[in-house]
Order: sequence, then C-alpha cells, then structure tokens
Amino acid sequence: MMNQLRKWMGLIWMLLAPLSMFYLIKTALHQIALHPVTDTKIQWGVFVIVFIPIAIGLCIFGWYAWKEEYKRQM
Amino acid sequence: MSTSPKGIWKVIGASSVGTLIEWYDFYIFGSLATVIASQFFPQTNPTAALLATLATFAAGFIVRPFGALVFGRLGDLVGRKYTFLLTLIIMGGSTFAIGLVPSYESIGFAAPVIVLLLRLLQGLALGGEYGGAATYVAEHAPPGKRGYYTSWIQTTATLGLFVSLGVILLVRHGLDSDINVSIQKFNDWGWRIPFLVSIILVGVSIYIRLKMNESPLFSRLKSEGKVSVNPLKESFGHKTNLKMVLLALFGATMGQGVVWYTGQFYAQSFIETVCKVDFEQSRTMLIWAILFATPFFVVFGSWSDKVGRKWIMMAGMFLAIIFYRPIYQQFLDLSDTTMYQTQTPASTSQPVIHTDEINEQTITTTSIVKTFADGFAYTQKSRDTVFAGISKPVADATPVYTDKKLPATVYWKFVFLIFVQVIFVTMVYGPIAAFLVEMFPTRIRYTSMSLPYHIGNGVFGGLTPFIALLLTTINTGDKLVGLMYPIIISFVCLIIGMVYISNKVDPDVSD
Repeated sequence: MMNQLRKWMGLIWMLLAPLSMFYLIKTALHQIALHPVTDTKIQWGVFVIVFIPIAIGLCIFGWYAWKEEYKRQM
Repeated sequence: MSTSPKGIWKVIGASSVGTLIEWYDFYIFGSLATVIASQFFPQTNPTAALLATLATFAAGFIVRPFGALVFGRLGDLVGRKYTFLLTLIIMGGSTFAIGLVPSYESIGFAAPVIVLLLRLLQGLALGGEYGGAATYVAEHAPPGKRGYYTSWIQTTATLGLFVSLGVILLVRHGLDSDINVSIQKFNDWGWRIPFLVSIILVGVSIYIRLKMNESPLFSRLKSEGKVSVNPLKESFGHKTNLKMVLLALFGATMGQGVVWYTGQFYAQSFIETVCKVDFEQSRTMLIWAILFATPFFVVFGSWSDKVGRKWIMMAGMFLAIIFYRPIYQQFLDLSDTTMYQTQTPASTSQPVIHTDEINEQTITTTSIVKTFADGFAYTQKSRDTVFAGISKPVADATPVYTDKKLPATVYWKFVFLIFVQVIFVTMVYGPIAAFLVEMFPTRIRYTSMSLPYHIGNGVFGGLTPFIALLLTTINTGDKLVGLMYPIIISFVCLIIGMVYISNKVDPDVSD
C-alpha cells in the first residue's frame, strides 16, 4: 500500500517541477513587463536561474520514486 | 570508535565556537542591511537600496551550495579538520575586510563591487563550514547519542544570530553618552566595529581548532587507503547516493530551511517593516525569544536519539504550517494604532519638520511622537506639498505611524510569539545534523550532506525574507501574503518527508 503510494506520488513530483517553473517564469515575465528596470530583471532572473536546477532535481526525484527506488522508507 | 566523554566535549566546544563565529560573521551583514545600503548602495529610494542589500544578502546564500561542493570535496579528500580550518580563515578574513571597505562616497562604484565579492566569499566559506563541523562531531559521538551531541552544533546558528544582534546593539549604544549621537556615529562609521571585532574571535577559534585531531572515522579510512578519489562523482554521479541526496533535500532540509529563516529572520523583518515597531524593540524581542528557545535544540536533538529524527522534524513543519498565519495576524493586531488614533495622548512631542526637494516640489514631513497612558508610543509622520507658500496636501498625505514602542505586556506577547516560532525551528533543526550524517557513508559524507543542507538553508531558506517581501509588493492587499512561500514549501516537504523518510536511527555511521 505505502509502496504504491510512494510510486504514484512520483508522478506528482515529476509534474510539480515543470508546473512550478512555468508559474515562476510566467510571474517573472509579468513582473519585468510591469517594472522594466534593472533591479526587477536581476531579482527575477536570479530566481529563475537558481530554481531551474532544483526543479530538475525534483523531476529526477519523482522519476526515482516512480521507478520504485524508494520502495522502502529511506 | 567513539571518543571518551571528556574528549567529546572538547570536540564539541572547539567545533561549536568556530561555527558560532562563522554564523556571527555571516549574520552581521544581514542585521545591518539598512546601514550597509546607505553606505554602499546609494539610491534615492530607500526600499530599492534595501532590496539591493538583500540581493547581496541573497547572493551570500546562493553561493553556499557551491561552497558545499568545493569544501565538501576537500573535506572528503584531505580531511575534516584542515577543511573547516580553511573555511574559518576565509570567513574571518572576508568579514574583517568588509569592515575596511571605504564607502561609495570615497571610492565610487568599486565599493559595492568589493562588498559583493567579499559577501560571496563569506557564502562560500559558510557552505564548507557547517557540514564539516556536523560531520566532525558526529564521527566522534557514541552510538545512541549522536542527536544529542550534534544538537550542540545546531545551537550555533541561532547563537551566532544572538551574538550578532547583541554586539550591534552594544556598539550602537556605546559610542556616545547621548543615545542620538551614538546612533548617528554608529550609522556613520560605528557599524564597521562588529565586522572588525570578528578577526579577534576568528584568531582564537583558529588557535583552538589547530589543537584538535582529525575525525577518527576519517583517519581510519585514510590509513586503510579507502578515501574517495572523486567525492563529487561518487555523491552525485551514482544513483544509489544521488537518490539519498534528493530525498534529504526535498524531504527534510527544504522545509527546515524555510521554517528556520521565517522564525528568525522574516519575523524580525515583518515586525520592523510591516508592523513598524521600533528598531531596538524589534531586535531585543528576538534576542529574548532566542535566549529562551535555544536549549530546545538540545532537548529535541537528544529526544531524537530515543524516538527517531523523522517525526520530530515533521511535527515542527506541521505546526509551522498551521500556526504561521495566526501568529503573524497577532503581530498586526497587537501593533495596530487604530484604537489610539481616537484617544488623547498622555504626551505629545514638539513637531519636527523635515524638508525635501522632490521633482521640483518642496515636500515637508512633520513628525510628532505621541505617547499614550498605557505606554504605547508611535511617531506620526504627515507629509504636505508646499506651493508658493500655500500648504496643500499631496496624494499620499495620509499619516503613517512608525517607530512604534510597545507597552511591556504587548512587548512580551511579541517575544512569546517569536519564541513559539523558534521552537518550531528547534524541532526541525535540532535533529537534522544527526539525520543527515546517518544518511551517507563516511567516505563521501562531507560532500553529500553539505549540498542538500545548503540548498535547503541557503537557497530555500535564505531567500525567504527576500521572496516574502517581493510577494507583498505583488499582492499589496494582503499583508500576510509573504507567508505563502514558507507555508507551501514546508507543506511539500512535509508530505515527501512523511511518505519517503524512515524514522530509523542508524546505530553505526562508520560505513
């Protein structure tokens, strides 16, 4: 039961990663369009650059979960 | 292969003092954000100046994961002792140097660039320090007491903040017998003292650490020739270990980081910038809360040896998610001035009029300090535009109420509300060093545990005040909108932690 939950939740993490990136990039572009000054561009640019590798990590985590790498609690 | 009870306290003492000093060095920059902004980031808009400093602050946090990689690798190759000695020297040197950088007025654009570079060095050094100290203590600790002994290292981050706030307040008050003159001197040049003092503290700490021995587990690995030849590849290039790194990040340190920085940084920032509580009170209440709550790091660390690490950390995140909004709503309600605006003050100061030239208009700001019978006081600031001698209100002429001084009962309620948040911090943070140490093998432990710790704390946690402030500028209608960030991150981490992490305490970390 728990192993099935761990496996299927892997799909959620794999989906959550691109969704959160999409939302972040959309917000960043919207905010930069509203306030097209260097400060805004730097702030949002930093967020996007920093969180993209983390989102990729979350996707890999989801993939491992889906492949039942976390079959037993670690 | 554990150290004798007497020896372990020497290990803890030497490790903790150095780590505490590194945290102190790191936090004085954040605590002096507004002063540093005026010295190095000259912008007419004070919020923009503050954001510039916070960006630098964030830069200090973002490079921490890189420090974790650089020094983690070094620690797994040459040993824990020399690596965290090196981080201490880099941290102390950069902190001292920040205290010496001439202002923007003296050397122009070079000033903020140098400060930014030194700040990045601080972040790198901190990225290498913590993992070394936690690993070093854990590898000396006897089985069954790893949570207890490493929890002393966990107190250092909070105590570092405590010492930084204390030193800043002492210097701010001690430069002149007249408090106003003292504050003026502090803002001019006195802010450099907390940075310069660091060199003495670091010198003492280096002396202590030089006398320490290498970790027994690492020494054994070295003598057997089993030290990793490529810790980075072994940590992140192999699925067996990478999956544990990802689990540590998404199931524990990510949530722990945001709870930590919300309780100890966003709380102070919110109280000062949103509730508009006076500078001194907003800091002293944090000092009291930290003082009362710090022993609980050891309580929860020790308890985790008996009941497991997982559920204590998860309970801390759960409580934070549930209670953040009510706590911050209380901050707003308790500092609200609406009730006082209709009352007659017990005393009113003489108006102080300040004049600025903005867009060819003369703006006058009138400040009046009103004190009420119960001890509540605030400064009421009203602005007017003067046209050819005729005073006429400007569009944003609604008075603002700042520098609020809270009466004793309200002040202690604030202390209690911060204390509760720091208790959440002690729950998530107290057991985490032992938890991370037990997840990874000795040969790549320093590298493997440092990266998730510093992404969780540096990136997710360190950016909390910054992202929360930004959220409030996007949604100006809800003063609590900044809390959505720590709440969502904690929630995701709580779910992952509950489902995937084991509550088992590993009795043997010599693998």
